[in-house]
Amino acid sequence: MAAKRIDRRQFVRISGAAAAAAGTGLDAILSARRAPAYAQGSKLHLTRWVDFVPAGDEVLAKQMVEAGKALGAEITLERINANDLQPRITAAVSSGSGPDIFHLLHNWPYLYEKSLVDVTDVADPIGKAQGGFYQPVIEATKVGRAFRAVPHAIVGGQIAYRKSLFAEVGFKEFPKTWQEYRDAGKKLKAKGYPIGQTAGHTFGDAPGFWYPYMWSWGGKEVEKDGKTVAINSKETVESIKFATGFWKDACDEGGLAWDDASNNRAFLAGTICATLNGASIYIEALRNPDKYKTDKGEQMKSDILHAANPAGPKGQFHYHASFHHGIMSYSKNQKLAKEFLKWLHAKEHFEPWFLAQKGFSVGATKIWEEHPMWKEDPVMLPYRTAARAFQLFGFAGPPSAKASEAYSKYIVVDMYAKAIQGMSAEDAAKWAEGELKRIYG
Amino acid sequence: MAAREPRSIAGGAGGAAEAASRVTVAPRAAVRSPWLGQALENERILGFLLLSPTVVLLALFIAYPFVKGVWISLTNATVGNPGQFVGIQNFEKVFHDSIFQQATYNTFVYTALATVGKLALGMWLALLLNRHFRAKRLVRASMLLPFIIPTVLSTLAWKWMFDPTFSVLNWSLYHLGLIETRIGWLTDPTMALMSVIIVNIWRGMPFYAISLLAGLQTVSPELHEAAAIDGANGWQRFWRITWPLVLPVTMVVTLFSVIQTFADFQLVYALTGGGPANSTHLFATYAYQVGIVTGLLGEGAAVSLAMFPMLFVIVIIQLWYIRRVEGA
Repeated sequence: MAAKRIDRRQFVRISGAAAAAAGTGLDAILSARRAPAYAQGSKLHLTRWVDFVPAGDEVLAKQMVEAGKALGAEITLERINANDLQPRITAAVSSGSGPDIFHLLHNWPYLYEKSLVDVTDVADPIGKAQGGFYQPVIEATKVGRAFRAVPHAIVGGQIAYRKSLFAEVGFKEFPKTWQEYRDAGKKLKAKGYPIGQTAGHTFGDAPGFWYPYMWSWGGKEVEKDGKTVAINSKETVESIKFATGFWKDACDEGGLAWDDASNNRAFLAGTICATLNGASIYIEALRNPDKYKTDKGEQMKSDILHAANPAGPKGQFHYHASFHHGIMSYSKNQKLAKEFLKWLHAKEHFEPWFLAQKGFSVGATKIWEEHPMWKEDPVMLPYRTAARAFQLFGFAGPPSAKASEAYSKYIVVDMYAKAIQGMSAEDAAKWAEGELKRIYG
Repeated sequence: MAAREPRSIAGGAGGAAEAASRVTVAPRAAVRSPWLGQALENERILGFLLLSPTVVLLALFIAYPFVKGVWISLTNATVGNPGQFVGIQNFEKVFHDSIFQQATYNTFVYTALATVGKLALGMWLALLLNRHFRAKRLVRASMLLPFIIPTVLSTLAWKWMFDPTFSVLNWSLYHLGLIETRIGWLTDPTMALMSVIIVNIWRGMPFYAISLLAGLQTVSPELHEAAAIDGANGWQRFWRITWPLVLPVTMVVTLFSVIQTFADFQLVYALTGGGPANSTHLFATYAYQVGIVTGLLGEGAAVSLAMFPMLFVIVIIQLWYIRRVEGA
């Protein structure tokens, strides 16, 4: 095969253009009539969860093509089960190869800090342009002074409930306290419509329910110093005692083995009256109004409302799952990856995805609270401002890798699950204390 | 080149005999160098050369990962952090970990009950299949289905059957009037462990059945006929003739099964993820949760390696017993 020869004149012309590009930036690149190096057939691989709102993934799939054209790159979107994201990240980091960008949840940036690129230069301008990030999202992604991931969205956790069923047992408004919620649930369980809540090993709904539940009673994992384990307290023990009664009186006891999709299925099948969830149940009922019906034959979508968590003795608390995009330090396309995230998170490109989400995911920045979409469906309104107030795992300490470790090992969830299975409240709190001391110690 | 040079020398002024000897030596050297020929004549060297591909493969794919695993377990490595040597700190930590203790208990119960279940049902099935009946080949082939279907796929089917809300098993039992309330297949801690054991037995039984069937077919029918003439009933014939003769095969099959069951992962991972409240965690699933999900590679490697000495002792006892049985 004959090699293509480059004569002296061609060499001088090409190398001159390259030198000019390196020296004078975009003007030079344009004058050289050559795109930047990363845009010349580069490939980018993004791995995200399988969205509970399929329309969101459809928009993203189209946007990969658009972004690819804009950036001159081939961008691949891979979607995997959310419970498999962490194993995949570990495997990729350990082998030093894999997707350039990972979808990160919660405060995982702390767990993978050393394997994530500093993306402050991407995140800061996005925050400034869009009314600023919500404070908990900043805390979840900014490790030290650097953003280790670009905040993308927040899946708000609200209780989806059947308004007709609650009205039947005398609750025209959703219960304000855990005691009221238990009373309503007890009556509804007797009618065959228990509250459905998971206490299993699953990434979203289980910690999303049990952490804020514990906080509302005054329980906490650690003190403010982030080191002193404080879970074995009078408040936590009280919360466990109440939880076991709540479970027995009001809940579907199968919830111990539920994953994040189980409550969606149960609700849409009409076997439960309420569950803490993102808005995916309602959105699915909207998508298929004639598929999901109540016992009376009415469309399920018309019987669904959303409400905030009931309050405990110390107030009302929430945990909302925040989602981010992190660029892996082993990636050979870091510059392109940053350009891509700037493109994807820009207002004009985020908006179509935000609209497809219909409120299931809200923006990580405050500007999206003002979007006209919120005027379309009052049922979704509780999600509009949900992200304003929530706190992260590891409360009352700062978010940390230790807090992520405790979350990944389901210590708080299992503390309640053990008590539900018969362990005394005191022993369950003591067990959790021992496990947390091993982590924080 | 090596062949040409001697010829050019031989064409010189030397004697004819000398030239001839040089010419005859030269072609040999072209095929094989003298040192290589001598080396291959040596049985030790030849043996080493023949073994070397296997040794290299074993070193690369078994020894290296094992040694690497041991090394990681002695460090505080986490995801993205190679870590530093911390001695046996990880082992001390996991041995004081209540979840690890529960996983240890679960693993032994899981292995013991599943192995006994698979052996008993596998033997029963093998005895049935050893008889002559219509469509015997079809039945034998279909019996292998649980073994052929990918474990994760079949486990997902079981997950649906055990589903807390929509369990087809509960539905059937309820409509047959056998139960009044739902059975918590995966919600009650004891039932959850039993459920994963049931699935393991279902999946592993064909392996036992086929292996034992092969053993049964080596038993001479004349022995049974002679025993029957002497008045031995079915149980006596099994216990006095069949069982002693298939015992060596049974022991080998059990050995393989124990190793596989003790280190089982995918079935439990797909069915329960170790829950509820860690009541179905085994060594492998807990090691995965700690090392791969949580990213504590050193601690996860320590959990994983903790099963090694226990499994080693079990295997040694079994091998010793197999030798005894075979020697008897």
